[in-house]
Amino acid sequence: MNNYRLNIMLCGGAGCSAGGNLKIKDALIEQIKNKGLDREVSVQMTSCNGFCPQGPIMIIYPDNILYQKVSLKDVASIVDEHLIKGKIIDKLIYKEPAKKQSIPVMKDIPFFNKQVLRVLRNKGLIDPESLEQYIARDGYQAAGKALFEMTPEDIIDLVKKSGLRGRGGAGALTGMKWEQCAKIKAPQKFIVCNRSIIEVEPHLIIEGMIICARAIGASKGFIYVRSIPVLIDRLQKAIDQAMENGLLGEGILGSDFNLELEIFKSSDEFVCGEETALLMSIQSKRGMPTPRPPFPVEKGLWEMPTVINTVETFANIPLIILKGAEWFRSAGTELSPGTKIFSLSGPINNTGLIEVPMGITLKSVINDIGGGVVKGRKFKAVQVGGSTGGYIPEEFLSLPITYEDVTQMDAIIGSGGIYVISDLNCMVSSAKFTIEFAVDESCGKCPPCRIGTTVLFDLLNNITQGKAKPEDIDLMEDLSKDIKNTSLCGLGQTAMNPVLSTIRFFRDEYLEHINEKWCKAGVCKELCTFFVDKEKCIGCGACARVCPKKAISGEKKKPHNIDQTLCIQCRACYETCKFNALKVGPRHLREELMIKMDEQKPPDATINNIEEIKQENKEAL
Amino acid sequence: MPKLTISDLTKIKEQHKSAFTVREGGARAKVIVHMGTCGIAAGARKIVETLLDEINLNNSHDVIVTTSGCAGLCSQEPMATIEIAGFSPVKYVKLDEMKTREIFKKHILNGEIIEKYALVSGNETQI
Repeated sequence: MNNYRLNIMLCGGAGCSAGGNLKIKDALIEQIKNKGLDREVSVQMTSCNGFCPQGPIMIIYPDNILYQKVSLKDVASIVDEHLIKGKIIDKLIYKEPAKKQSIPVMKDIPFFNKQVLRVLRNKGLIDPESLEQYIARDGYQAAGKALFEMTPEDIIDLVKKSGLRGRGGAGALTGMKWEQCAKIKAPQKFIVCNRSIIEVEPHLIIEGMIICARAIGASKGFIYVRSIPVLIDRLQKAIDQAMENGLLGEGILGSDFNLELEIFKSSDEFVCGEETALLMSIQSKRGMPTPRPPFPVEKGLWEMPTVINTVETFANIPLIILKGAEWFRSAGTELSPGTKIFSLSGPINNTGLIEVPMGITLKSVINDIGGGVVKGRKFKAVQVGGSTGGYIPEEFLSLPITYEDVTQMDAIIGSGGIYVISDLNCMVSSAKFTIEFAVDESCGKCPPCRIGTTVLFDLLNNITQGKAKPEDIDLMEDLSKDIKNTSLCGLGQTAMNPVLSTIRFFRDEYLEHINEKWCKAGVCKELCTFFVDKEKCIGCGACARVCPKKAISGEKKKPHNIDQTLCIQCRACYETCKFNALKVGPRHLREELMIKMDEQKPPDATINNIEEIKQENKEAL
Repeated sequence: MPKLTISDLTKIKEQHKSAFTVREGGARAKVIVHMGTCGIAAGARKIVETLLDEINLNNSHDVIVTTSGCAGLCSQEPMATIEIAGFSPVKYVKLDEMKTREIFKKHILNGEIIEKYALVSGNETQI
């Protein structure tokens, strides 16, 4: 093994790879060779670093320097300045958003230093395609321990003691699930890993699955993945490596335990995230949920007991086996121990993939890790749990993120999405958007979800078009609760969260839409009128330049004006104005302004009044 | 490739130790070679190469080498600062290959400071 002085780790996540890191890697290797540094500096790709919007990302060890938004042009200066002279290149350094201060060392960037890395502990540190590097980071030690030093009962006991809850959404206790399945005697048992969308190193998933298979006595497993080619290739490579090296297949690590793993490419249907629908699709049937009981642990794939866990759940297992239940409980809360991976997005300064201890507050995630809402915008709500999660308003931001607390807010942990929305968003439209998604994705098996979501969508659509009555809000609330209570699967049960939470926390906004015909965020085209605040407008002309209809006119450095007959409410001007001079009025304002404009029109000039008009203009000037 | 056993896992882990000392920190000793224009002209590259060679020869997983800019004492180049965890840093001046190898063996591996090559113990303080 050659010892390298510097290790350059390029992020190989989907975003950074697409952003150019593959080409940058080749260029770096070439230039390093040209300068004769190839025995001193190693260049490798890693799994996703999580700081995706700042990509392509590059980290240089041992100094932990993080370079962001690297392009091919920067390669030469990185080699000459950093690799040879040890100088940090300032323009590639992360800048703190408020003070524009450079933060070169990765660990000092708030986005990173508030995170607790367990499942993602190898991110940016190892090449996900290298089995050896995974082993070097204690890889497969837990599998060895589970195979040689522990009985299946020991494993289940330990997982139960750790209190690990399924990271898929509902938060069922993993140990209980395994125990139920282990108790049943059957000729064949299966394990299934749900939805491999997260970018942890594939060997961690394989190791977790080996331990689970050992605990329940399964010999065949499926990894159900979304069709993202990079990730499927990486996973297949890892399975092949594990097969070749005796870490999968027959006699794992020299024991008498066998396990075969197979990748199943999903058709990316939303409903197939639901476990029974997922199992149907693996059996080559249409992906529709089935009533429970029987639960998959009793009758799953081909009527055999099946444990189905999500990627993140499996990825937590090796660490629990190696470090114990006490250690696992050292992060998180009593009822929701451990860490959770979230995808943080929206108009905040830092977005990306993060791992935080359970029980951290939403405020801390948004303000510390996320760096707060971007300049010029105001926080309005945060959607927790992905597309079927509820919206939580500002007054509940001190809410700890745990399974128990989040559910009380009509939100879910779900797939782990945290999406911040700003004052530019209308809550009714947001709810409408998510229900539209549910209408599209409903599999159609049970009427509450199939018919209910469509009716709900129509009601919401009426509100955004100003055709609704105040009673409709209560109707929607009742209907949502009924759909939630009577739907067969998680899709219908959670898809109502956005409606219920917006009615609960933003009822005023619904009423403004219905009674005043006024969408104050300026999103619902039928319910808003854009106009220029003459006192604030400085006449910079930015709005006039972006207006696709050329509806805005005015002299330079003088307040502009919108011609309401031309305006199509595209809100391009509203989003462009830096002086807060564009305002949103209710629908009726548009007609009033149109009448006013007619009145303001100067009378046609004739020989008789031309002097009069001249005089008026002089006074005006 | 032969099937792996538990003892193979430990072996592989040992082999990769130095890479992870570099990536994770926790090195026992850090050598900073000053690579300003002056340092490079005086032969600092050779010093880096020699240090890396010594690390490979002695299989020293816990030693890392980094570079930095000019230390402000151009006439004394090539220079290197050796920081051993728990001790104050030592600057060595006017290095060459032989001196470097000697310093590596005595100072880095055995903790004996070679006073005749050293400039000063300690670093400038920043206010």
